[in-house]
Amino acid sequence: MSEVNNAFLLNELQDQFSANILSVEEPYGLLTIEVSKDINLALVTFLNKHPQIQMQFLTDVCGMHHPDLKGKELAVVYHLHSLVNNLRLRVKCHMSIDAPQINSITSIYSAANWQERETYDFFGIEFIGHPNLKRILNVEEMDYFPMRKEFPLEDPTRTDKNDNYFGR
Amino acid sequence: MENTITDFDHKNEYTKLNLGPTHPATHGIFQNILTMDGEIIVDAEQTCGYIHRAFEKIAEHRPFYQITPLTDRLNYCSSPINNMGWHMTVEKLLGVQTPKRVDYMRVIIMELARIADHLICNSVIGVDVGALTGFTYVFQWREKIYDIFEEICGARLTTNIGRIGGLERDFSPACIQKIREFLKEFPAILREFTNLLERNRIFMDRTIGVGGISAERALNYGFTGPNLRATGVDYDVRAMNPYSSYQDFDFIIPVGVNGDTYDRFMVRQQEMWESHKIITQALENLPEGKYFAEVPQFFLPPKEEVYNNMEALIWHFKIVMGEADVPVGEVYHSVEGGNGELGFYLVSDGGRAAYRLHFRRPSFIYYQAYTEMIKGSTLSDAIVTMSSMNVIAGELDA
Repeated sequence: MSEVNNAFLLNELQDQFSANILSVEEPYGLLTIEVSKDINLALVTFLNKHPQIQMQFLTDVCGMHHPDLKGKELAVVYHLHSLVNNLRLRVKCHMSIDAPQINSITSIYSAANWQERETYDFFGIEFIGHPNLKRILNVEEMDYFPMRKEFPLEDPTRTDKNDNYFGR
Repeated sequence: MENTITDFDHKNEYTKLNLGPTHPATHGIFQNILTMDGEIIVDAEQTCGYIHRAFEKIAEHRPFYQITPLTDRLNYCSSPINNMGWHMTVEKLLGVQTPKRVDYMRVIIMELARIADHLICNSVIGVDVGALTGFTYVFQWREKIYDIFEEICGARLTTNIGRIGGLERDFSPACIQKIREFLKEFPAILREFTNLLERNRIFMDRTIGVGGISAERALNYGFTGPNLRATGVDYDVRAMNPYSSYQDFDFIIPVGVNGDTYDRFMVRQQEMWESHKIITQALENLPEGKYFAEVPQFFLPPKEEVYNNMEALIWHFKIVMGEADVPVGEVYHSVEGGNGELGFYLVSDGGRAAYRLHFRRPSFIYYQAYTEMIKGSTLSDAIVTMSSMNVIAGELDA
C-alpha cells in the first residue's frame, strides 16, 4: 500500500477522471484541481468511497465570481479533507453565469446543505437536487445575489466621498 | 352518543412553537420553528441571518489589517483565536516566518481564550438545567482572563489582538504576573466547578443521553471541535496540522464516547485542564527574542518610532495607504477555535484587499444537525442541547 499523498491522489484522479480535469495546481502545498462542473458529484462520491483516500470530511463549500473569465464567471470551491491520511484537496468547478447550475452533493455530505444554500444566497448558483434550496442569511424577498462583483459595497451614486485615494 | 369523536387525527394536534428569535433560554438570536406533539418535538426548522453583517463582502474592500476587527465579531467568546487565525493566514500567504517568541505568546493568548470560551459554554449548560451557581462563580474567572487581554492589548471582548507578523507589544511584567496568578489560582476554581456539576445527579440525569449524535453522522455533518471529539473522533487541528509551534507542547486530546450533551460538557472540562497545561509550558519556556517578525511592509511600527524615525514613518504610511505588494495566490488556513475548526480561505489577486475571503465558521456548519439531534426529545432537552453545542450567533451569521 503506497502512501497517500498529493501525487498518489492526483494519480488516482487522473486515472478516473482524466478527461474532465482541466487544470492542476498546488498552491501552498494544497492540491487544487479544476474539473468540469458535470462531474462534481461523481468526483466527491469517488473520493468519499475510495478505500485508501477516504475523503469523508467536507470542510468547506464556497462560491467565487470572476467577471473577467468569460463563459466561466462563477465557481464553486470545495475543500475536502481526509482525516485518516490528513490530506486536503481543493476542487473548483467553474460555470457560466448564464447557466449557473451544478449538482448538489448533499446526498454524500449532509454538511453541504447549508453551505450550498449560502452559496446560492450570495452567488445565485443553483444546486440541482438540493432538498431545500432557499436563501439562508439574507431575506427571502431579496432579488439579487450580493456577493457578485457587480454589487458595490456602498451606493455608487454617492458624491460626498472621493474614492480616488481609498478603496479598491 | 352520536357526537363522539372516533377517528382522532393526531396530525392535526401538532402545535407550531416559535422558539426565538429573542428568547431568554437561547443565548443569542436564534429562531427555531418547532413542531410539537405535546411536549415532544416532531420537527424543527432553524432560521438564521438575524445578525448577518456581510463580513465577506466588507473584507473584499478592506486592507488585510482592517479585517482583524471583523474576525473579532465571529466567535466573540474567543476572539483572540480568530484574530490569530487571520494573522496566520496572511502570514502563510506572504511566507512570513514568525519568531518562536511570537508563537509562544500567541499560544498563551489562544489557550486563555479557549478557557474563557469553554467556561462560558459549560457554565451555561448548568444554567439551562437550573444550576445558576456555577455560572456566576466562573464568570469572575472569565473576567480575570479578560483582565489579562486588557493588559496585553487594551481591549477585553473584541480584542483585535496582535498584528500581521507578531504582536503589537511585548508582554509587560504586569501581564506576566497576571498570567502566573491565573495559572496558580485557576485549578482550584475549576476543581470546585467540577465538583459542582460533574457527578451531580440532577445534572447527569438532565444531560446523559440528551442530544446525542453518532460519530458517522457528526463527521458527515462536518462537526469539528469539542462537539466532534465528544463522539469519539480525535480530530484536533492543533495536533493534526500544528500551527504556531503547537508541536512543541505536551497535551492530550480528550475524547468522549456517546456524543451527547454530557460528553460535550466533559470534553470541554478536560480541554480546560489541557489548556492550563499548555499555558504553563509556554510561559515557562517562553523564548527570548523579538515579539514581531521582520516584515516592515506589513507590521505596523511602534508609534514612538513613527514619530522619530523616517523609515518607520514611510512604512506606516505605506501600510495605512495599502501600498504593500501582496503575492497573487490562494491559501486555506485553519485553527482550532473555541467551538471547532475555524478556517480562512483567502484568494488574493495582488490588490490591496482580498479578492475573496471566505470564513469556514464551525457553528454555521454543525448547527444544521440540530434538527436531527432534538427530534423526539422534549423542549427542555432541546434548550440544553443547543447550549451544549456552543453555537455563537455572531459566527453563525457572519
